[in-house]
Amino acid sequence: MLKIKPTNINYNEAVISIRDLYKSFGHNHVLRGINLDVYKGENVVVLGRSGTGKSVLIKIIVGLLKPGKGSVNVLGMEVDKLNGAELRELRLKIGFSFQHSALYDSMTVRENLEFPLVRHRKSLTRSEVNNAIDEVLDAVGLLQTKKQMPSELSGGQRKRIGIARTLILQPQIMLYDEPTAGLDPISSIEINNLINEVQEQYHTSSIIITHDLTCAKATGDRVAMLLDGKFIRQGTFDEVFGTDDERIRIFFDYNFIK
Amino acid sequence: MDSINRPPEKHVISKGLDAFFLNIYRSANFVFRFFKEVFRPPFEFTEITRQCFEVGYKSLALISMTGFITGLVFTKQSRPSLSDFGATSWLPSLVSIAIIRALAPLVTALICAGKVGSNIAAELGSMKVTEQIDALEVSAINPFKYLVASRVLATTIMLPILMMYSAFVAMMGSFLDVHTNEQTSMTTFFENAFSSITFLDIFTSVAKAIIFGFTIGMVGCYQGYHTTHGTQGVGKAANASVVISMFFIFIEEVLIVQVATWLRTP
Repeated sequence: MLKIKPTNINYNEAVISIRDLYKSFGHNHVLRGINLDVYKGENVVVLGRSGTGKSVLIKIIVGLLKPGKGSVNVLGMEVDKLNGAELRELRLKIGFSFQHSALYDSMTVRENLEFPLVRHRKSLTRSEVNNAIDEVLDAVGLLQTKKQMPSELSGGQRKRIGIARTLILQPQIMLYDEPTAGLDPISSIEINNLINEVQEQYHTSSIIITHDLTCAKATGDRVAMLLDGKFIRQGTFDEVFGTDDERIRIFFDYNFIK
Repeated sequence: MDSINRPPEKHVISKGLDAFFLNIYRSANFVFRFFKEVFRPPFEFTEITRQCFEVGYKSLALISMTGFITGLVFTKQSRPSLSDFGATSWLPSLVSIAIIRALAPLVTALICAGKVGSNIAAELGSMKVTEQIDALEVSAINPFKYLVASRVLATTIMLPILMMYSAFVAMMGSFLDVHTNEQTSMTTFFENAFSSITFLDIFTSVAKAIIFGFTIGMVGCYQGYHTTHGTQGVGKAANASVVISMFFIFIEEVLIVQVATWLRTP
């Protein structure tokens, strides 16, 4: 069952501000003038076909890629102007959930969660670390997997552990890269619910990259449709898809026919 | 649409040469970054220790077997030539010079290039293609320091230790053959063996092992860290790591031997 989305958005405070963002790889112009504001407590879904630069966008936000042109302001800091230490400081406030989870293969679930925590919260005692691990595992509903290796988990479980690993540092912003890609419908709904629970429980602002309309409808306070390197329409799910624009209708129709 | 309108690619010299020089530039940057990161805190002591264990302890069995056989076989093969001149008593010193000056550093390095270098490249390569390196980075952990600096330091520290161990085991292999054939005692064997070894020989070998270790770690990490094209790329990175490491090891061997010979010349 899809849960009712909680909404507690502060439209006076943008946590992410993107202005005239361009990015090219050689002759391939991926982003061609992106403008986007994400407000405190808001979940923004970026929709678009594969290869339209959705993942590139969030990788620029977190500083994994440099913008070609334009500015990306995250929590009041211009990402491409930060030095190494400042960027690391900013990244502590951003959680990034990877498309394929990117769990550390050589570590157990518990070690995956413990690793970032003990490095960044050196003052925590053993029991505080244990409590923090139990808390996030409980939040994603996988307390029983603590001793398992990532290879022993299902795709959905891996995604949830990936989210738990980011939550353990209590980020202010969450970036989800294709959170439901490759999952069965039930697992997808569980992930959608988890994204909403994270927003409610941890008061995060999020960007959710997806081409899954069910995910977009369930999690997005606002949807931005990316096509040819630009947002061609932004608004609520119904506003974006209540249009006769053929470029958007075809995406909608195909998703539901599929 | 993009591919139809895309202008033709431009090269400074040619596609191959451009890639070659770009690779040299990136490698130089990689080495420079290592020296920049390795002396800057925080230091990854736990990871360095873990890597030293991986590189050193886990290579012991292979190094022991190869070292022992090298010493034994080299002694066996040298005996007929020396016995023609009635000079089998020179075997310990001949073998010790060969082992300490050349065989131990070279054999240890080649084995480590195959075992350790490929392992490092494959491990980092698979981390790269599964976005685990990106995951480290977005968790505000410096992946270069954590993954690369620790591994390069571990190979640089462990290679000389493995080399000395390998030399010792090879000498034991040699002793076994000498003792079986000439009933020489261990004390006599080692006295003869070390009578012709100088400080410069040992110093040169240790220096060689340090340089070989650095090379193996650096090449393995570079190949792994720059892996592309998915799992196929991981295999290619591991393979390239072994081939390139061995190539550099031989070049360095020649250069260091030249320098040592020049130093030995009165």
